[in-house]
Amino acid sequence: MLAQSATPANIAEREAVIDIAAADSCLEIQALSLAYAGTPALKELTLRVPRRRVTAFIGPSGCGKSTLLRALNRLHDLNETVSRRGEIRLEGQEIHAPEVAVAELRRRVGMVFQTPNPFPMSIYENVAFGLRLQGDMRKRQRDEVVEWALRSAALWDEVKARLGDSAWSLSGGQQQRLVIARTLAVKPEVLLLDEPASALDPISTLKIEELIRSLKSQLTLVLVTHNMQQAARVSDYTAFLHDGELVEYAPTDALFTNPRLARTENYITGRMA
Amino acid sequence: MRLSRGEGPWPWLAAGSVALSLLLLAALLTLLAGRGLAHFWPAEVVQVELDDGSRFAARPGREERSAEGVERLYHTGNREWLGTPWRWVEVARIVEQQRPAELVVIERRRWGDFIGRVAGLEEDGEALVLEDDAAQWAALNARLARLEALRAARDALRQDEVMPRVRELGAARDAASRARLEGELATANAEILALQAQMARDRVLLESVDGERLALPLEDILAIQRPNDMRLPAKLGAWGTGVWRFLSEGPRAANTAGGVWPAIFGTVLLVLLMSALVAPFGVLAAIYLNEIAHQGRLTRLVRISVRNLAGVPSIVYGVFGLGVFVYGIGGSLDEWFFSDQLPSPTFGTGGLLWASLTLALLTLPVVIVATEEGLARIPDHQREGALALGATRLETLRRVVVPMALPAMLTGMILAVARAAGEVAPLMLVGVAKLAPQVPLDAEFPFLHLERKFMHLGYHIFDVGFHSGDVEAALPLVYATALLLVLVILLLNLTAILLRHHLKARHGALPR
Ligand SMILES: Nc1ncnc2c1ncn2[C@@H]1O[C@H](COP(=O)(O)OP(=O)(O)OP(=O)(O)O)[C@@H](O)[C@H]1O
Ligand SMILES: [Mg+2]
Repeated sequence: MLAQSATPANIAEREAVIDIAAADSCLEIQALSLAYAGTPALKELTLRVPRRRVTAFIGPSGCGKSTLLRALNRLHDLNETVSRRGEIRLEGQEIHAPEVAVAELRRRVGMVFQTPNPFPMSIYENVAFGLRLQGDMRKRQRDEVVEWALRSAALWDEVKARLGDSAWSLSGGQQQRLVIARTLAVKPEVLLLDEPASALDPISTLKIEELIRSLKSQLTLVLVTHNMQQAARVSDYTAFLHDGELVEYAPTDALFTNPRLARTENYITGRMA
Repeated sequence: MRLSRGEGPWPWLAAGSVALSLLLLAALLTLLAGRGLAHFWPAEVVQVELDDGSRFAARPGREERSAEGVERLYHTGNREWLGTPWRWVEVARIVEQQRPAELVVIERRRWGDFIGRVAGLEEDGEALVLEDDAAQWAALNARLARLEALRAARDALRQDEVMPRVRELGAARDAASRARLEGELATANAEILALQAQMARDRVLLESVDGERLALPLEDILAIQRPNDMRLPAKLGAWGTGVWRFLSEGPRAANTAGGVWPAIFGTVLLVLLMSALVAPFGVLAAIYLNEIAHQGRLTRLVRISVRNLAGVPSIVYGVFGLGVFVYGIGGSLDEWFFSDQLPSPTFGTGGLLWASLTLALLTLPVVIVATEEGLARIPDHQREGALALGATRLETLRRVVVPMALPAMLTGMILAVARAAGEVAPLMLVGVAKLAPQVPLDAEFPFLHLERKFMHLGYHIFDVGFHSGDVEAALPLVYATALLLVLVILLLNLTAILLRHHLKARHGALPR
């Protein structure tokens, strides 16, 4: 099954993938621990996310993947029960530092959730939402950004004739791509995707995967997935988490074909057998 | 059919209860509509001769069986001679019944209905010579039309000439313009007096079937008809006019006759004001409880209290309104701003403002609970979606959460309107009036008179039904008013439901 990931095209693509230690990193997580009301969810996690690559987080349910992702754009800030230790650096800057504005951080680190969550407004307004938050922009310019974002999310052709329609009239797969377009419109540096295709049919899933691959020339992507084939198909690096700990982190091909630890191998093969 | 046999009697029981509720509702509406609307039908008048040779003309009503036999109720009118416009007659005593075409029913400004014949017409005290009955009827109608034209001219004069000058006079300071205005007013008043003199010119001579005579100034006639001479279209027309007058005119004769327009207006205005007051408070409170407050024990306690407030009897709110709004706040307002009018109170007595505030308080829990439920239904990832784009909590609330909760808020408003429009008990303490023909909205500054007392359909039903001297006359009005109250509430609710439907249609259904 893993042979699927080793198509000639993929090999050519992966030639750039080298050792993580040598890769140019965008996000650095240093000894990050996080607990919900005293119950630890992440334990002393340290890892570096390479720039302009797709990094996948895999692991059994409840191991802390979503928790980690949400820590990366400080969505935990609103939850008073969460306590955190350790550091997260974006381009060398600690994101919890007092001089970092959380709104600005969240604009730079976009997030797409498991369930599509378009806003109760038109397709156009959904994409323009983040732009409007940033303040005045001439309509011409905004139109251009909206079109660019929808094209980047491979949705433009399907919705260009109905930009004024409610976003809730789109199909699930279209909604998820709309949410990605909405996030892209504010030009983030990092895109966090939490099981973006888990609620979608195979064809929509394929579209999202293509989209992820095409976006990596522009930004750094972090993908949480339960689907091993998906991780193998789209990611360059894969981190295996278990029980809040980072078990193994390696280039995807290496991790899937030649896992160092038995735990990783059990998880991968157990799931894929 | 989705009901299958295997499931036992439960589905049938459930369906049966639904059918029963619908049936009861239909029966209620039919009763109200039947009794209420029949009142305006120009029913025929019979001339009855009894075994003792006496005669009377009347509209027959319901019958009752007693030990002596069957008795029938007749509406005879002519209260000045008979003492009461109603008469019970033993059916067995009736010797003869006729329906002469020339019998008239006249609704008068005083003394209620007259039933009898037109005996002649007088102009300036001189009898007119008319060859036959048809000519007389035509002449009478022509003179009534002339009177109507004169009345319209007089009212226009009052509205367009007198009222503006009176207002200007109140504001005018210098003597020259005062003198000019007073001169103009005197001319206008003289014109009005002249018109009124013309209006008083004609009188109609009336004769009851038992020979009593009466001269009635045409001015005192509110409506006149010859029901035995009317065909179906004419009757339908008269019925429509009757319904319209009921809807558009003020009450007369201690609320036992006339229309209910001030009460309709008062009810609608009260509900609208109540909605305008309760909506912002309720919605903000719900948003605070659900979106902003720390979800601890205190918030839970507040939430439980709010839910329990919904169960407090409405009269308790009335007492609260009387104590706090009317005597407390109203009394202070009077001392500070209207002390020149004391001891007659301005805001220190029940009025539209205090009544709508009391109702707003009464419906606040309903709005809070409904809105909170709507907010709680919005999945967290919707909020996080906005936050993750860099929106603040306020922007998230305003642009994502509130629009998604709007249908729930409107549901809350619908429930509030349904509850408030039917409330009577608290209103009796905080400002409803038995008779307030002046509606609280007019052309006089500040246009909306929040301190005024007002009429209300619910209270009107209570007053007409229980406090009127003439129960037989009041009963149809009670039914008609009750039907109207139901229709007004239905209309108010329908508006809100359509609005909600429109909002939902705009964004499809909530994704679940
Ligand atoms: N808001 C919360 N409050 C308390 N505990 C939480 C909260 N969110 C997650 N947890 C706990 O933290 C742990 C990690 O949860 P997390 O959602 O990160 O798992 P996950 O790896 O994303 O799982 P899945 O694959 O099922 O989405 C779990 O044990 C979970 O019960
Ligand atoms: Mg998760």
